[in-house]
Amino acid sequence: MSALDEALVRATQAGLPLVAQPYRELSATLGISEREVIERLQAMLADRRIRRIGAVPNHYALGYRANAMSVWDVDDREIEALGPEVGALPFVSHCYRRPRRLPHWPYNLFAMLHGRSRDELQRGLATIWALIGPALRRHEVLYSRRILKKTGLRF
Amino acid sequence: MDETDRAIVNGLQGGFPLCERPYAAAAARFGLEEAELIARLKKLLADDVLTRFGPMFDAERLGGAFTLCAMSVPPHDFERVAGLVNAHREVAHNYEREHRFNMWFVVAARSREDISRLIADVEREAGYPVLDLPREAEYFIELRLTA
Repeated sequence: MSALDEALVRATQAGLPLVAQPYRELSATLGISEREVIERLQAMLADRRIRRIGAVPNHYALGYRANAMSVWDVDDREIEALGPEVGALPFVSHCYRRPRRLPHWPYNLFAMLHGRSRDELQRGLATIWALIGPALRRHEVLYSRRILKKTGLRF
Repeated sequence: MDETDRAIVNGLQGGFPLCERPYAAAAARFGLEEAELIARLKKLLADDVLTRFGPMFDAERLGGAFTLCAMSVPPHDFERVAGLVNAHREVAHNYEREHRFNMWFVVAARSREDISRLIADVEREAGYPVLDLPREAEYFIELRLTA
């Protein structure tokens, strides 16, 4: 990534300026034109270095206090088709394929669930279970007990 | 938080415009003036309803190497191991979970080699094996929380 893109990430990772012309303000800080700021952000959206631009809600403030990491052992021939369907469910925040580590760890699909209660999470789990159907061999849910460290990923 | 705030939180989690007056363009979707949207966003941030307003980056695509690690740590030794894992700068998050694999941490490093070295260090210091579970594919669309 170019030095300018790195500078743009640093300048915006805490948030956009809350002024009428935020990209112009950034352009002044970075010493490039407003147009270039906009074009670089567009390029980062296009290649998915930026997932989205907008409001990042605080889960807890909105009442999403329950979360769980669900893990699923899904048939390798089906996972590429089923993964996107699981990931598109509204209560799934992150969904990844990861390697199995047999015999200790048989699961290849991870889905992070968020809900307002454990009951809501249970309904979400039932939805995923039905969606994966016969391609599912087994699954488990790992509730979090405690945050031991959370520094975030700072660029 | 009133109905307009709710509409903003629900409707502005993505797609913020890339143009000269983006707040004015976004405000029009909610029937607001530019200055009122900015004022409401400031209030939502101050009240901690929003943690941030801006680009959400994919850290892995920005560069570097990442993995998710799991360990099975006996309860009597848990605090010692949590302390030594957390002491590594490359460990970004660490969670205790209700499972035989009871410690889950995310590692962010410059390269895959640095990750392997960190895992070997943790295994030696802790005395327990580490599962290394890097992401192989990503399937999610960003979470839409509703206020």
